[in-house]
Amino acid sequence: MDGDRAVQVSTEVRQAVAADHPGREKRVVGRAHRKVDAVAKVTGQTRFADDLFLPRMLFAKLLRSPHPHARIVKIDTRKALELEGVKAVLTGEDLPIPFGILPVSQDEHALALDKVRFVGDPVAAVAAVSEEIATQALDLIEVEYEPLEPIASPEEAIAKPEPRIHDYGDRGNFHKLIHLEFGNVEQGFAEADLVVEDCYFYQGSTHLPMEQHAAVAEWSPQGKLTLWSSTQTPHYVHRALSKVLQLPPSRIRVIACPNGGGFGGKSDPFSHEIVAAKLAMVTGRPVKITLTREEVFYCHRGRHPTLMWVKAGVKRDGSVTALHFKSLLDGGAYGSYGVASTYYTGALQTVTYQVPRYKFQGARVFTNKPPCGPKRGHGTPQPRYALEIHLDKIAERLGMDPAELRLRHLVPPHSLTANYLRVGSMGLGECIRKVVEGSGWREKFRKLPYGRGVGLACSSYICGAGLPIYWNNLPQSGVQLKLDRGGGVTVYCGSTEIGQGSDSILAYVTAEVLGIDPFDIAVVTADTDLTPVDLGSYSSRVTLMTGNAAIQAAHKARDLLASAVAQKLDVPPSRLEFAGGRVFDVQDPERGVAFAEAVQLAEAAFGTICTVGSYTPPPAAGRYRGAGVGPSPAYSYSAAVAEVEVDPETGIVRVPTIWIAHDVGQCINPVTVIGQIEGSVYMGLGEALMEEMVYRANRNLVHKIPSMLEYKSPTTLEMCDVVTYLVEDPDPSGPFGAKEVGQGPLLPVPPAIANAVYDAVGVRIDEIPITPEKVLKALKAKAKGDAGRFGPISFPEIPWPDPIRVPPPWEGGDGTAVGDKGRGAGGMRERRTRAGDYAGGEARG
Amino acid sequence: MLRLPSFRYLEPRTLKEALRWKSESGPESMYVAGGTDLYPNMKRRHQEPKVVISLARIRALRPKGRSRKAASGLTLAPMMTLTELVESEGIRESYPVLARAAELISTPILRNMGTLGGNLCLDTRCNYYNQSYEWRKAINFCLKKDGAICWVAPSSPRCWAVNSSDLAPVMVAIGADFLLVGPEGERTVAAADFYQNDGIDYLSKHPGEILAEIRVPPRDGWEATYWKLRRRGSFDFPVLGVAAWVRWEEQKVAEARIVLGAVASQPQPVPEAAAAIIGSRLDDEAIEEAALAAFRPSKPMDNTDFGLAWRKEMTRQFVRGALKELRSKLVE
Repeated sequence: MDGDRAVQVSTEVRQAVAADHPGREKRVVGRAHRKVDAVAKVTGQTRFADDLFLPRMLFAKLLRSPHPHARIVKIDTRKALELEGVKAVLTGEDLPIPFGILPVSQDEHALALDKVRFVGDPVAAVAAVSEEIATQALDLIEVEYEPLEPIASPEEAIAKPEPRIHDYGDRGNFHKLIHLEFGNVEQGFAEADLVVEDCYFYQGSTHLPMEQHAAVAEWSPQGKLTLWSSTQTPHYVHRALSKVLQLPPSRIRVIACPNGGGFGGKSDPFSHEIVAAKLAMVTGRPVKITLTREEVFYCHRGRHPTLMWVKAGVKRDGSVTALHFKSLLDGGAYGSYGVASTYYTGALQTVTYQVPRYKFQGARVFTNKPPCGPKRGHGTPQPRYALEIHLDKIAERLGMDPAELRLRHLVPPHSLTANYLRVGSMGLGECIRKVVEGSGWREKFRKLPYGRGVGLACSSYICGAGLPIYWNNLPQSGVQLKLDRGGGVTVYCGSTEIGQGSDSILAYVTAEVLGIDPFDIAVVTADTDLTPVDLGSYSSRVTLMTGNAAIQAAHKARDLLASAVAQKLDVPPSRLEFAGGRVFDVQDPERGVAFAEAVQLAEAAFGTICTVGSYTPPPAAGRYRGAGVGPSPAYSYSAAVAEVEVDPETGIVRVPTIWIAHDVGQCINPVTVIGQIEGSVYMGLGEALMEEMVYRANRNLVHKIPSMLEYKSPTTLEMCDVVTYLVEDPDPSGPFGAKEVGQGPLLPVPPAIANAVYDAVGVRIDEIPITPEKVLKALKAKAKGDAGRFGPISFPEIPWPDPIRVPPPWEGGDGTAVGDKGRGAGGMRERRTRAGDYAGGEARG
Repeated sequence: MLRLPSFRYLEPRTLKEALRWKSESGPESMYVAGGTDLYPNMKRRHQEPKVVISLARIRALRPKGRSRKAASGLTLAPMMTLTELVESEGIRESYPVLARAAELISTPILRNMGTLGGNLCLDTRCNYYNQSYEWRKAINFCLKKDGAICWVAPSSPRCWAVNSSDLAPVMVAIGADFLLVGPEGERTVAAADFYQNDGIDYLSKHPGEILAEIRVPPRDGWEATYWKLRRRGSFDFPVLGVAAWVRWEEQKVAEARIVLGAVASQPQPVPEAAAAIIGSRLDDEAIEEAALAAFRPSKPMDNTDFGLAWRKEMTRQFVRGALKELRSKLVE
């Protein structure tokens, strides 16, 4: 049905009205278009990083640690170097400068310097004339290790401050401890009619992109490094290369190849990228490295396994009086985005339903496992899972319909939350109504026969982080347009195509403003030599930020063209319309010029036509330490109803259908929007039912199943039917009102399924993934008269720091912490610095 | 991605040539049929033949038009692909249990390459063994390859890798015979004797012998079915298989065989379970008794997907389900 809608939108003929007239009908935006790279993708012509072959190219392999935690005593590479065909061998000493995506977590080395921290940590690298010889050489590298006691779990990390995995962090093996309080929650609980407490666990999962990471490096005789890589963040890779290789950024060119899927797993600068670059410099020959699937599991940076404790106080009408949330994240061996991830487990609880008082305590620990980081939804699917099940339990206790409870207490649009997030357009109510109606919720909820059930859950996600990763006051996205006198337009932007359609978005919005066919636009992206900086494809920022930058550049170009054409036609520029590849007088559409002629007129009048646009998000409203995570130019909203079938004899859960509504603000291309929603549902379904990053604690902490076959992710057969509803409530901050869609729709899926399982068989599975084993255990417990529940029962004692107390807006707060007025009221720089806590050292330095 | 190491590849045209080349190439050589098992194993370096002898070009091992059907049963060619087996109308009509088990193997694409003989000779599997060289290095290898300990049962002297073929338990249940051709001549072994309960030495076939024919008995009053448990409806190996075979005489079970797959290094017959239904009309009580009898000796180990307790528990559900399905076919 949604496909039909898309087609309908695309074929509708709409009347053209004046370009600057408010409410002007859009001709490109909002309609179905082929992606600009679609034909290349489906005909196999897209060149991914591993498809690149340069003359005299060498192949590199990494030797990885077989120990979860050990000191490196000695490395002897002589035998490897003697193997015929080996051109270079590197160890940690060759690349001693640390790096990391966040300025506060510069804790990685391209090759382990003194210590290894997980099975799979890179230790040495070989470049050889073939991959086979490079692989053989790995076995000739002799490494002497002194094993250290491994830390396998958060519980162990808390219990054992020694041995410390890193010599930095908040204390012992705690990487980060956060304690924020917005209003007095104890008072809120005292005012409640009902207080509900529970624990939840959300298992870790990995991104599983089809394309394994690959990179090719070339060192020119003039002393310039070029790196092609499957990365979502070429700008950050550029910075990391400059730092570690001690080369000025002007001598480094990073080109992000089209990514065969990323989902957050290619957002960090990686060991293999730096190693390939260094090997190219050392050998003077191009070097390629392509990771195996197993190595991709070691790069990881996936979902943090998160234990959560929730306490919510509510009135009889379901309104929340206070919410207290604790999270404990298993970070794995390195920092990665972890500090931001930890904040995110506490940031977005407030943007869906009104929460007048809110307290958040978050902790991230180091363990000797592959590092966790950002995966689709970054830090927010875990708390969303807990919160949405918690609300389901509360609704039942209050005897309310869970949809009704949510609808009654929605955060109003254009408002400020307790933790100072500025909500813009807010279409969650409409989303809930759509899925309630579409799924037949009222006829099904608590009414289906035993074994079948429905569950509802909602969510929200940011449209780009308010702050960049490292402190700066520069735009987060830049676009250049070059208009050719033949009528072609080239868009240059640093954004990275990872399959989500970001290249297409640039063409669509530019075509919309200039009134030309999107396929007459050439898109050049993700090349630090050619394109202005865009921070990368993460945090659902790309459509909003690059879209706004492109619109700004296109408006500037249009103004130049309009000015030249107005002179020729002798009409005021405001009477000109750009449409159908022409520039014409709206009052006399026959009078006009072809777009190419308009460019020529402008070029004759003003010289070469190149324009630029850039986008900087609005400053955050919060000024407390930690306020940097959560603010966004806009928030997307989703609601989902899942229907499940549970076999009470086996515990096997099937999900035949998910109805999902997403408030995307405004579709740029409804077909790609629906694609992102379906992809999100797919990924959420996998996390809900089967995906699991598990390690063998009693077998050297090896990853149990680092393969595509044994790491269970749904196939087409397990995929449910998806009924999608697009809710368009344009946001003033978005390009043409658009908000994100790449991540948000994942979030309601796991809790909707958990709530549906409860509706089907009456047991609560408060732990992801919902496996048949867990369901059967809960059913047996229930049959014995115990609580029909599977999930964690306690949250460990953690030495929390004193809270940062911030009065919410309705208690007279201005976004600064108590006792912090003087400092918080400083200038823009100071404000941004404090808000950008996780940017850390550089920010404060 | 993982790439194959260099190796020598031979394509004999006759059985004789294959046997000769095998004996000339010595212990570092292996036969390959479809390659869907061997090549991934070679990529992970846990099977490391230096010489690979393909059986693909040997006409005698390929199906000859329609599968030969005689009063004595059906003879199947080992190099029949699993897709050919699934799509063969003759087999679907007369031996639906074979088509069903074959259809449950892996994915359509892999069934286009994978063969009947290859599936019957499938290397045993274990999630300590089906791992890359680098991974296995981190656990100091295992008994089945390069190591000294079976990590599934460290105090055990033997390897506990799992027979993960879907067709093997079915062949044992229906009482198929296999023709082996070796340097010393031909011999026929019962499917049940073809397999051994040892993760390393899991076939009674000598490495030089070639599985040349699969002979399935005639349809004379028996019904059989196969149930497969796995995480996903495609792609996955079984974590439990139940093959049930029943001969029906005068509205009663005259003979029965129940064979479990994926819970041992061989397809595991459960005669206690079969005994529980002999003489019965497959009434609920008899089925329940058989399910319980199969559940008791079912001892999956912690080396596949899912927890072993749940897999053991599912034995009961699956035996019950398989027998009820047979009842619905027989009592009409």
